[in-house]
Parts: sequence; structure tokens; C-alpha cells
Amino acid sequence: MSVTQPPLNSPDIRRLDPVLEPGHTYASVTDKIAAVVLTRPLGIGWLAGFTLAFGVVMLLFISIAWLVIKGVGIWGINIPIGWGFAIVNFVWWIGIGHAGTLISAILYLLNQKWRTSINRFAEAMTLFAVACAGLFPLIHTGRPWMAYYMFPYPSTMGIWPQFRSPLIWDVFAVSTYGTVSLLFWFVGLLPDLATLRDRAKSRYQQVIYGILSMGWRNSARHWHRYQSAYLLLAGLATPLVLSVHTVVSFDFAIAIVPGWHTTIFPPYFVAGAIYSGFAMVLTLAIPLRKAYGLEDFITMRHLENMAKVMLATGLIVAYGYFIEFFMAFYSGNKFDVFLAEQRLHGPYSHFYFALILCNILTPQLLWFEKVRRNVVALFLMSLVINTGMWLERFVIVVISLTRDFMPSAWGRYSPTFWDYSTFIGTLGLFVMLIFLFVRGLPAIAIAEMRELVHESDAKKGHT
Amino acid sequence: MNDYANENKFRILQGSQANDAADDHPHDHEEQEEEETTEQGQRLDLTAVREKLREKTGKQYWRTLEELADDPHFEDLLHREFPRHASEWDEAVDRRDFLKLMGASLALAGLAGCGRPDIDHIVPYVRQPDGLTLGRPNFYATAMPFGADAVGVLVESHEGRPTKIEGNPDHPSSLGASSALVQASILNLYDPDRSQTVQQAGEIRSWSAFLDAAQALATNVKATNGAGFRILSGALTSPTLIAQIHKLLTLYPEAKWYQWEPAGGDGARDGAKLAFGRNVNTVYEVGKANVIVSLDADFLASGPGHIAYAKQFSRRRKLNGPSDAMNRLYVLEPTPSVTGSSADHRVPLRSSDIELFGRALAGKLGIGSGGTVAGEAGKWVDVVAKELQKERGASIVIAGEYQPAAVHALAHAINAALGNVGNTVYYTEPHGGDAGNLDSIRDLCAEMDHGKVDLLLMLGGNPVYDAPHDFDFVNKLKRVHTAVHLSSYFDETSAWCQWHVAESHYLESWSDARAHDGTASIIQPLISPLYYTHSALDLVAAFSDKPGLPAYDAVRAYWTEASTHLPASLEVGWRKWLNDGVIAGTKFAAINPELKFNASSLPAFQSSPADQLEYIFRPDPAVHDGRFANNGWLQELPKPVTKLVWDNAALISPKLAQERDFAHKVQSRGGEHGQVRAPLVAIELNGSKVTAAVWTLPGQAENTVVLPLGYGRTRAGYTGSNKGFNAYVVRTSNALWTATDGKMTATGDSYPLACTQYHFNMEGRQILSTATLAEYQKNPAFAQEHAEMPAKDDSLYKEFAYPGYAWGMAIDLTKCNGCNACVVACQSENNIPIVGKDQVMRGREMHWIRIDRYYTNTESATSGKATGDPSEYNPTLDNPETFFQPVPCQQCENAPCEQVCPVGATVHSAEGLNDMVYNRCIGTRYCSNNCPYKVRRFNFLRFQDWDTPQFKLMRNPEVTVRSRGVMEKCTYCVQRINNVRIDAEKQDRPIRDGEIVTACESACPSEAIVFGNANDPNSRVGKLKAQQRNYSILGELNARPRTTYLAAVRNPNPELEKA
Amino acid sequence: MTNQRVSRVQPIQFSHKHHVGDDGIDCRYCHTSVETSAYAGIPPTKTCMNCHSVLFNNSAYLEPVRDSYRTDRSIEWVKVHRLADYVYFNHSIHLSKGIGCSTCHGSVDEMPLIFQASPLNMQWCLDCHRDPAKNVRPKDQVFNMQWKAPANQEEIGKKLVAEYKIRTVNELTSCSTCHR
Repeated sequence: MSVTQPPLNSPDIRRLDPVLEPGHTYASVTDKIAAVVLTRPLGIGWLAGFTLAFGVVMLLFISIAWLVIKGVGIWGINIPIGWGFAIVNFVWWIGIGHAGTLISAILYLLNQKWRTSINRFAEAMTLFAVACAGLFPLIHTGRPWMAYYMFPYPSTMGIWPQFRSPLIWDVFAVSTYGTVSLLFWFVGLLPDLATLRDRAKSRYQQVIYGILSMGWRNSARHWHRYQSAYLLLAGLATPLVLSVHTVVSFDFAIAIVPGWHTTIFPPYFVAGAIYSGFAMVLTLAIPLRKAYGLEDFITMRHLENMAKVMLATGLIVAYGYFIEFFMAFYSGNKFDVFLAEQRLHGPYSHFYFALILCNILTPQLLWFEKVRRNVVALFLMSLVINTGMWLERFVIVVISLTRDFMPSAWGRYSPTFWDYSTFIGTLGLFVMLIFLFVRGLPAIAIAEMRELVHESDAKKGHT
Repeated sequence: MNDYANENKFRILQGSQANDAADDHPHDHEEQEEEETTEQGQRLDLTAVREKLREKTGKQYWRTLEELADDPHFEDLLHREFPRHASEWDEAVDRRDFLKLMGASLALAGLAGCGRPDIDHIVPYVRQPDGLTLGRPNFYATAMPFGADAVGVLVESHEGRPTKIEGNPDHPSSLGASSALVQASILNLYDPDRSQTVQQAGEIRSWSAFLDAAQALATNVKATNGAGFRILSGALTSPTLIAQIHKLLTLYPEAKWYQWEPAGGDGARDGAKLAFGRNVNTVYEVGKANVIVSLDADFLASGPGHIAYAKQFSRRRKLNGPSDAMNRLYVLEPTPSVTGSSADHRVPLRSSDIELFGRALAGKLGIGSGGTVAGEAGKWVDVVAKELQKERGASIVIAGEYQPAAVHALAHAINAALGNVGNTVYYTEPHGGDAGNLDSIRDLCAEMDHGKVDLLLMLGGNPVYDAPHDFDFVNKLKRVHTAVHLSSYFDETSAWCQWHVAESHYLESWSDARAHDGTASIIQPLISPLYYTHSALDLVAAFSDKPGLPAYDAVRAYWTEASTHLPASLEVGWRKWLNDGVIAGTKFAAINPELKFNASSLPAFQSSPADQLEYIFRPDPAVHDGRFANNGWLQELPKPVTKLVWDNAALISPKLAQERDFAHKVQSRGGEHGQVRAPLVAIELNGSKVTAAVWTLPGQAENTVVLPLGYGRTRAGYTGSNKGFNAYVVRTSNALWTATDGKMTATGDSYPLACTQYHFNMEGRQILSTATLAEYQKNPAFAQEHAEMPAKDDSLYKEFAYPGYAWGMAIDLTKCNGCNACVVACQSENNIPIVGKDQVMRGREMHWIRIDRYYTNTESATSGKATGDPSEYNPTLDNPETFFQPVPCQQCENAPCEQVCPVGATVHSAEGLNDMVYNRCIGTRYCSNNCPYKVRRFNFLRFQDWDTPQFKLMRNPEVTVRSRGVMEKCTYCVQRINNVRIDAEKQDRPIRDGEIVTACESACPSEAIVFGNANDPNSRVGKLKAQQRNYSILGELNARPRTTYLAAVRNPNPELEKA
Repeated sequence: MTNQRVSRVQPIQFSHKHHVGDDGIDCRYCHTSVETSAYAGIPPTKTCMNCHSVLFNNSAYLEPVRDSYRTDRSIEWVKVHRLADYVYFNHSIHLSKGIGCSTCHGSVDEMPLIFQASPLNMQWCLDCHRDPAKNVRPKDQVFNMQWKAPANQEEIGKKLVAEYKIRTVNELTSCSTCHR
């Protein structure tokens, strides 16, 4: 069954951490995880964090209200820089939304056992990230109340959307991705919801979890259906991981703007997405396991694996940057060449160098096992990489637009208070949802962990 | 239908509003008094003023008023009571605040999504006027008087609302074209800040009350034969008005008439006197000249007849092929002007050195003792003299308006010597009064000072603001017993006059005016006055023996008399005159004044030291002498060369900027195209001081500082007040145009300037291709070369056939002189909003057609690298070659914008137009990002003023008024295309070439823009596009623009090239 | 939503049925500019008075008209056919291409109170612009309220489309045909 597990008598077994610390029984696993939701009292830390996040969400509401009242002019955008923070944030959030499905679906199909303990909140994170991302394409339009024109429905105008536009493809790509991720997550939750239902003390918890668990009775047939459904969804979700960010990258690649119009975008956007996605998983996993003492379930092994994935995708991204430069000069397209130079010594060069530092140089430390196994270092690095990925989108969106074809129309961009407040607001929204999630649902898949227990017992049997 | 309904609604609305204006004001006023009397003491108010003034009479009365004037509270009172009292409606300020409109948009934002109110009314006429078909505009011929000139115009009128101004082809000063100022003048008509009633010391008065008062005053001055009666006017060309004034002067023998035109040069008049011993009016036949030498004359963009001159000039630069000849233009000027920027040879020369060059040139042609000029201009003398000799009778030397008499006299002498007089230049009797500009105002001030003036009648003008500073006009004005000020705004001067009479706009009143060549036109009103305003004729009549004589009668009376020596009598002619917009046979006859000028008699020339800084004053290209300060279109119009908006700045040369370290810094907000931080300097001149932002201007004479007039107004109105700095403060009578021994010191502070184009370098891209005539003849296809044009089938989309019409535009860069007429014409035709300085600084201006200004040959000799930033000094910036390129939407056949719009709000029409559908647009701005030419404009906020009723009257009902959040752009005036097509189809005939004329095309004085059916090889545009000079911007992108350009060809003198 | 088939309360309950149907007054007697301009034109009070200064010249019912004429204050009719401001419809061209009044306005001669017979939404406009043949009629019939499409309208329509040089569907459905 488990392909990655080496035979226990192999000499290097010592160095390979288990995905579940030994000594756990079915009960202990369930207790430990369910406790976080059911019994554990609301910690002051949680309350403080939640309140803060909630406050920030209010800021988001205010920002959006003001935006609707006044118009997108409250942002720093202008002609020629028609897209600013809004699109940067959109792409960034979508990218973060990638790790979840990747971990859940692809690693599931590849039978990577180590995914088990992190997939649940990775998926949750995906959903929340997509929610934040989905906000921006809507509010960045001049007339959000007319945004429904983008949906193909038989209208009294007798006309359809313009299907050649990547923005339309976005609408489909993102909504599909959101839907499938939600289903996948929910299906995975069913057995655990049932567990919570059964263990819940208070009435209302029993009712809520009862409804949510949709009458799961742990019967063999249920498990049979569950397995196949989960497998199918995994299969369905897998291509989406690649498709979503490919489509998002088309928003740029299809356009003729120098610095956008390039074929390297799809692969390196996807890589970048996974890169930032894993960074965000680490950003969340490390505090989480500390706060709720889940070190047994989220072990060094997980952290190290994720670090390796980051290193790999980071290198792909680096390659992407290099190819961008190479193609600019190799093609000899004077606009691309000019833009490449602008990135190095234009008015926004400092952003570009910051980007190189965050996304290419820092991750190289991951070559060292010491760093990979140092929780603090990993946490900091995950933050740096998230920043870097945000800068990447800024460089792509803004620098390209400031220096396009007509020198007479060149402009510059500087964000306003509302640009920042909207961005920070979505961060708040994301964090708030995470807070609710860890208290409301099992952050780790209980059922799947039990399988691991079963396996580790089996191994004990061998020796 | 809706428009129709609205228009009618507005008519009613306007009517009722006018009444409101009448009823409300006294009432408003009382309210204010009540509210003020409650808070007595600190704040002075009218009741208090009356207290102070009670039982004071005569001189005493006014002395008290004088004391009051020094009282700060009184100042404050003036501010509260006067400024736009007459135009106050409830929360009027908010209503007019089209730059912010917080409140309104708050309220509307919610509604924006929802439907329209359910009920909506149609308000038909009771008796429909004859000759009016609802929905079909009528055109009326009239003329816009402007200084010593008048431009004939055809005004489009929708159901009685003038909406658009076009040039009148039959009028000698227009020849069918117009200028930015003419185009923008319609906004003044609807300006809500205009003064709307007669006022006496801040109180609303009825016209009849004024008439009585006027008669009383008249009888007073009559007693002394008008000894204390003075009239002050600007330059006048209205025969009727001049006649009326003369009548007045005969009525009051002792009375005097003075004229003051702040931007009118005395140079020409004094020069004529010097040359001929009398004043004459000089008219040029620019079209007949092969060689033109401009001694600091901006004859293509300012001064009488400039529109006609531009047209004649560009017709001599029409190239159908390499074999065609061109005229040649030499310009010597201290600061880059429109004329200088389109010259074949230009040299920056300090204003005072122009005379030296004139002497040297004259000397070479055997006039006077000659002289020697240093520097590049020195090299010119021989070459230019030689060429002038060659082109005897087919050349002109034109002296600049602001040059001293000697330069004008020299120009006259040279033209005479070259036999140009009678060919390319001729003389006529001068317009109107012969009163000297400066002497006039000096004498008047002297008289006022001695209390000799009891009654001062000011027909327009704003001397308190623009009279020479040393005359201290305002304090002298206080010594005048009664001052009556006719003015369309309650301005700086009105505030100090006992009587203020609101002036009617030229589209509201009967009058007449003469063109630069003397041809007279009747000025007929297009609309009855919007407010309680009156014309100069009414005012003059009020003091005559025929008070209340209607202007119409006065005009008729004058022309009944005058028509006796005209081909047509009034009875026969009147209708035709009104119809044609010109009165046949009124052109001034050419006279032949005998040249009495001896150049050698000129005093020896004292050349000021080369390193001495020279400060010169120039009217601002947008707001002129300040009279257009409250015109938003002009305020937001990028000035032709500097591309600055909403401000004036002291212009200095790059060299000077480097020496004094006055470099400006680009700020992030908008940056290159948007906000620039300019250092502030204190300029001390003639004992007074002003703080100004400095702007580095390539091509400026090294030691020249230009101080543009017309800004720093304090009572211009909402739009125009407190913008820029007031250069009049340092302008004195002894140095009206050129001042030396000033001091310029950096204050250390900086000031944000809004600039719509900062980067002036093409970065080696195929944007504006240029060549000299010689190069063009050698290689006619030069424009095609560096562009690698992809084959037609290189696109993935299949070729679309345009069987019918294929609308296209060709813009001849050889002709375009960057005068901006097209920009304002477009704004007026297409209901384009203004956004205000702050938004321009954010890079959000809305002009559908912009004029890019590029400097060529700016590769630095040292680094070899091209600079795009005037603040990086580089010797080539001392005198770069300047080119202009108007950029409207290019209407690409493979439009990048269309492929990315998610909702199909911008799609291609069957005739190749890139249609923009506002009501479908959701505002993703993707199209703008993907537009390589950056011609799309976005309503980031609610820029359009939906609330001010006057502006509703002004809008073109044929064009949708865009709301917030939608993209907009040039449509090739699709409304004009559709209307012409509908008429053509109803008559079952094809559309004729030239039948559709876009707004920009019709305004262009240089005939640089041509629109038409590109499918027809015989159409004007078809022929142009067939030329080898024809190319499209960034052709390699294969967007295939329908707007193409004809490469700029200049005609430099090979000898000078060598030199 | 589209206000179709809604009749409005007017200052005077003017009956098209009476004037057109019974009296047989031609549309153009009141809507004078319909053949020359974008707007058909709502008649000035003067037009009413041409007849009503003599007919029913003292009926109370018509007092508003006389009042308007006396006081020179317009009669404020309530708009029935309302197109959005951004739609530029031109009556004259439709008539000159053989689109009759009744095609859009319905049989006005049978409307005691005028109401909007068609939805007047973009879909409805496009239906015809995408296939004019089904609505085109001989020019001499455009003002005929009784005109009904003959059985062979399709072929007749096609002929007329060609004869009247009606523009191609491509041109008729270009956005700028109606939106500016």
C-alpha cells in the first residue's frame, strides 16, 4: 500500500520521521483532535486574535462601501496603469488557494500519506483564499452592479458576453475551482462531522453537526461510496490545480503589453501559485500545531516535505524569471528589451530586487537540512516567500503598465490609503475565517488519521 | 426621445430659474442681513456699513467709504457679499463643485444601478417657432469679438440652445477654422459663475433703476460738459460701439475715451508711427510668401488674424509628392511658441537681442547702419538676407506683437525694401480708437489720482487686476466719484466700483465687429440672455441722450447709415449679412503710407550683458490675459509646448535650471504624465515680489525667464480663482514686456504642477517620423523604412471585408502646429468633462484627442544616450527640434482593446469604427491596458457635472453623457457620421466626400486632419493614405490603425544646415 | 418592467382612436417632423387650437388646451414611449425604409388612450435589425394603420429590402447604429 514508506528494518528509518508519532490509539487521536472543537474552552489568545481579525474585516467593509459610493477613483489607478492592487491581490490570493487542492487531490492520488494531517486545513485555506480572491474581480470594475453582464444568460439585450476575453475565462475557471474545492472539502469532512455529532455534549452542537453530517452512519456502504466519491472528486480537482492559474495567467499573456505577452506565463504562474500556497500552509500550520499541541500529527516530516516542495517550485519560478529576461533579449523585441531594462533600473527597480531577494535568494537556504528542520526559520521563510510572491504580481502588473508603447503616455502608480485598506481587509477576512474554522471543525482529518493509527499498529506487529 | 423631453424640460427650467434669480436675490439678501445683524460686532455687515454711511453725503460719503475700505472687516464683507452673490442658489457651491461632488455622488451611487423614475414628461411648445424642426440643429452665423480682431463663427443651435461653435468659411479671420479660445468661448456663456444682475455696492438693482441712476449721473457730468467723465475700454472693433462712443464724446465735449488691453502691444502702433508717422493696421498675405522671417512673432497662434494666417501658411506646406515645393519659416524668439515649434529654422534669442538681429538684417539689406549679432543668430544674418533678396516680393518679415517700436519699424522698412508691400503685406486704416494702450491707462490713472474723474465708465476689462502695477489702479479708483463697471464676472475691478453691470455674452447680444482686415460682421444673438445681463451698447446708450436704446436698433441704425456706401442697402443686405456672417464690401481698402523711417536715425543699440537675466511677460496660451481664467476647458487644456495645466509657471532654460539647480522632480502620483514637483522661486522685480514655480523648458533662450500672465486671479470664479501666480504684480509700465535687473531666488519649497506629458523622447520607436525636404525628395518612402510592417494576413483572425464605407483619418504632421483647437473642439462636441488639477496629477485627464510633443535630436553628445527628462541637462535641449502629434483613438482594424473586453462593450462596426458602448461597459479597464496608443479615457470618479442646470443646456444632445465607471474614447464623431448617413440614405445617394467633418477636422486651422472614406481612392483621405509619407504609429504591432499619419517634413535651408 | 401596455393618465385624456380612427386625421398632421427628424414631434398647443378654436371650443374637457394657449404654458404630457437616453432612435429613416408606424406603435387608431404596444427593449429592436424583411412594407403603406403583413411577406420583404437599399445585417447590428 504505502509506497513511500521504506521497510522498517532499513538503516535510514531513523532519519525518516513518522507522519504520526507512535503510541497513538484510535481513541487518543479522536480525543485530541475533536477536543479542539468540542471541549477545549475559548482561549484568550483565540478571542484576541479573532477580535483583531474581525476589526480588520470591518475595515474591508468600509473600504468596499466607500468604493461603491465614490468609484474606483479612490484607488491609485490611472491611465496608463488601469490595474493596480486589486488585480495584484486577486492573483496573489488565487495562487495561495492552490496548495489546498494540490495537497488534497494530487498527493491523495499519489498516495502520499504525509498529506493526511495537513490536507484538511490546507483545503479550508484554499476556500478562504479563493473567497478573498473572488472579491477583487468584482469590486475592481467601474460598475460592480453591472458585473452580471459577464455571465452568459439569455438577456433582454439579445447579446452574449465576449468569449474571447480572458476575463470571461477567469469567471468560469475561478468559480469552477471554488465549487469543486468546496465539495471536495465537505465530502472529506462528512465522517468527522459525524464523529463530532456523536461526541458533542451540547444540544445545538449535536443538531448542527447532525445536519452537516448528512446522516453519516459509518456503515460499510457509506465508507464504500465515500471512498469512490472522494477519489472521483480528487481526480476532478487535479486538472483544476493546473487550469486555474493557467487561465489567470492568460489575463496577462493574451494581452499585448510588454512584460505580459509571453508564453512562459502559464507554467511559471502555476509553479508560483504552488510555491506561495505551500508557504501559506506553513505560515498557518506552524502556529496551529504549537497552539493546539498537534506536534504529533503535524510532524517535522510534514514541515520538511513542504519545505522541499517550496524549494522545487521556487526553482521553477526562478527559471521563469530567467527565461523572461532571456526571451526579451533573445527575441530582440525592442519593447520587451526596454521593459527588462526598466525592471532593473526603472523607477520601480527596488521592487524587482526585493522580489529576487524574497523569491530566489532566500529559499536557497532550504538546501540545508538544518534550515528545513528549523521551525522558526521555516515560519519566517514562509512569510518572506508570501511577500515575494505578492511583489512578483506587483512587478508584473504595475511595472509593465508604467512603461508601455507610447512614451508620451508613460505614467506612474502609487497606491492610496484605500488600496492598502482593501488589501489588509482581505487578509483580515482570511484570518478570521481560519479562526472560525479551527474552532468549528476538526482541523485535521480524524478518520484518515485513524487509518494511520491502524497502519502504525500494523508496523508494530512486524517487529 | 428622452433628449427631446429633457431639452424642453431644461428650457422651462431655465426660464423659471431666470425668474428665481430675479425674485430670490433681494430676498436671499434680506435673509443674510437678518442672520448677520444678530451677530453684530466682529464681523462687519451691510447694516453696519449703512450705519456708518448714514447722513453722510457727497465727498464725505465716499471718504467714509474709503476709511471703510481699509477696515479688514470691510474686506471680509466684500468677500462675503460680492463675489458670486448674484449667482447664489441654495447650496450653489456644492452644486457647482464638479471636481468633488461628494454629497451628490453619495446620494446617487445607490441609484446608479437602478432604473429610471417611472414618470417622465414631454413638454411641447405652445407655439412652435418657424424654421425649427425638433431634433434638427440650426446654424447661425455670428462673430466672436476678441481684442483687435473678430472671428466669424457658425453656431450650432439645438432647439434654441447654442451647443457648438464652428468657424465661418466666408469670414476672413476664420476661413472655416477656429481656435481653442473660440471653441471654449461657449463654456463662458453657460458658466454658472457669471455675474447675473446689475449691482450697486453689492446690492441687486434692476436695470431700470440703473438707467435712472445713469441719467442722473449723466446730467451731473453734463453740467461740466463731461469734464469729469472718462470711458475706459479694451481694444474695440465694433463700428457701432465706436460710433456710439464718439456720439457720447460729442455729447460731452470734455469727456475722454481711454483704451487698455493688457496683452495688446503698443509696439505695432508706435512702430507704425515711427515708420510712417501715423498708425496703420498691417495685414499679411502669408499664403503668398515663400520665405517668412518671424522676429518673435507668434503669428500662427496669437494676434489678429492668426487663424487665417495659420491656414494660409499650412496651405503652402501641402505636399502631394516629393516634387512639391514648401515655403520656409525662420523664427527668432526668446521662448518656444507654437510658431517657433513648427519653424524650419528656429533660434532662441533673448527678447532684447531681437532688435539687434533686426538691425543687422536690415543693414545687410542696405537699411540703416546694421549691427552684429553674436552666437547662432549671427550666422543667420547673411543666409537669411541672401534668401530674402532672392525672394523679393514673395517674402515677409513679421515683427512680434510684444517687440518694441524699433523692431516693427525695421520690419516695415525691410518689407518695403524687398518690395513685399502690396504683395505679401499691405496696410489699412487702423481699427477703432487710436488711443495708445499704455499712455491711455497712464493718463487715466493720473487724472483719477488728481480726483479729476467723477464718472468712470469701464466697458469690460479688469484694470484692478491687470493694469501696470506701479499705477496702483485700485487706490486711484477709490478717488473716482462713481465708477461703473461692465463685466461678465464680478471680478477684482467690480469689487471696487459703485455700479457693476453684468455683461452679456456675445452669443446673447446684438452688436458688430471687424475682422483683422476690416471686414465687418453683424453679431446676432443665439439665445436671449440667460441672466439679467446687458451689452456695452446698452451701457453706452444709458449715458447718451437715448437711454434704453436697444442694441439691435443701434446696430441697425449704424448700418442703415453705413450701407449708403456699400453695394447693398440695409433693406436688401441685412438678411444676407446675417446669413453670411460677413458684410460684403466692408473690408478696409489697402492704403499706401509713405515710409518716413530712417533706420540710421535709431539711437545706438545698448546690448545688455549676455549673462543678464531677462524677464519677459507673455499672455498665457490658455487663459490669455486672464479673461478666460474661469473657463474649465481652457484651464485643463495642456499648454501647447509645456503641457502644463491649471497653473502657470516661470519658464526657464535647461541651462539656467542646471546652473541654479532648479530641476523639478517627478512624483509618483501619475509621474511623467501627472504630477511634477517644481521648485518655488521668489522673483523680485521693479520693487515688488511674486512667488512662482519654475518650469524647465527646452528651447528657451538661456537667460530668459518667461512670466505668463492671466493667473493668480482672486475673483475669477470657482474654477479660475487662486490658480498659479499673478505675474501682473511684478509688471510695471516701464517694463511692460521685458524687464531686467530682477532677482530670482529659490525659496527652498516646491510646488506640485500638473503636466500631461513629461517624457518627450521617442526612445527610438516608430511614432513620429520626420525628414527634411531634401531627404524626402531623395527618399520619398522614408516613413516606411524603420517599421517592419507585418503582412496583412499575419493575424489569426480572418480578414474582414469592408464593402461599404471604411471611415479613416489622415493627420499631416507637416501641417500640425500643436495649437490645441482640435482638443477643445472635441471636448465641446462630445460632452467631455473636466476633472480638475488633482485628478490630472493622478493621470486621469479625459481629452479624447491629445497632442503629443516630442523633441528630436536630443541624444546627449557625451553619453550618446537620449534623455527624456527636461530636468536632466543635456546641451541638445538648448534648441531641440519640436514636433507635435495629435493622437485620437486610432480606430484599429485589429483592435487590441476589442479582444479583451469581457462584455463586448467595445466592438467593431461594419464600417471599421471601433465602437465604444458606454451603457454596456462595466469598467474593467482591460481595454485601456491593452491599448498600445493609450487613447482610452476612464471615468474613475463621477467627473461629469450632472447637476448644474446651465451645463445641461450646453451639452450636445447627439452624444451620450457618460456616467462614472465607464470607459470612453474618440468615436470619429459617430453622431455626425450617422446623421449625415441618414440624410444621404433618405435622399437615396452615397455620402459625398467631405460631407462628414469631425469636430477636430473642422476646427483645425492648419487643415492637418482629414476624415473620410478610405475605401474611395478619390476621396481626400484616400489620396493622402496613398502617399508614401503615410504611415501608422507602431505599425509593427499590426493593429492596423484607421488613423494614419503623414510624416513631418521640414524645409531647412541647406546653407544654414552646413553653417 | 418594460411598461408595455400601460396607459398613462394624461392632462387631457386625448384619444388617438377618435382622432385617427374616427376622424381619420393623418399622423403627420400632428407629428410633423416624423419624416424629417429623429423625433416625430409632439404637436404644439397651436396645432390643437387649429381645430378646437372652432370645434368643442367651449367644452370644459378641452379647457386645459385653451388655458395652455392663453397662458402660453405648455401642456405637460406624460411620456409613454420611453427609450433609454443612450439609445438614438431616428423616426425618419425608419419610415423612409418602409417601416410603418404600426410596426412599433401598434394600431394606434384603436387606442382610446395611447399605450406602449411593444416591449421596446434591445432584444426586440435587434429582432428586426437582424431580419428587417419580416417587417418592411411598401413605402406608401407606412402610415396605414390597417396594414397587415401579407402571407408572402418573407419574399415581398426581401424584395423591398433590396429595393429600399436597407443596409446589411452587419451594418444594422453595429453598436454605433443606435448607441453613441
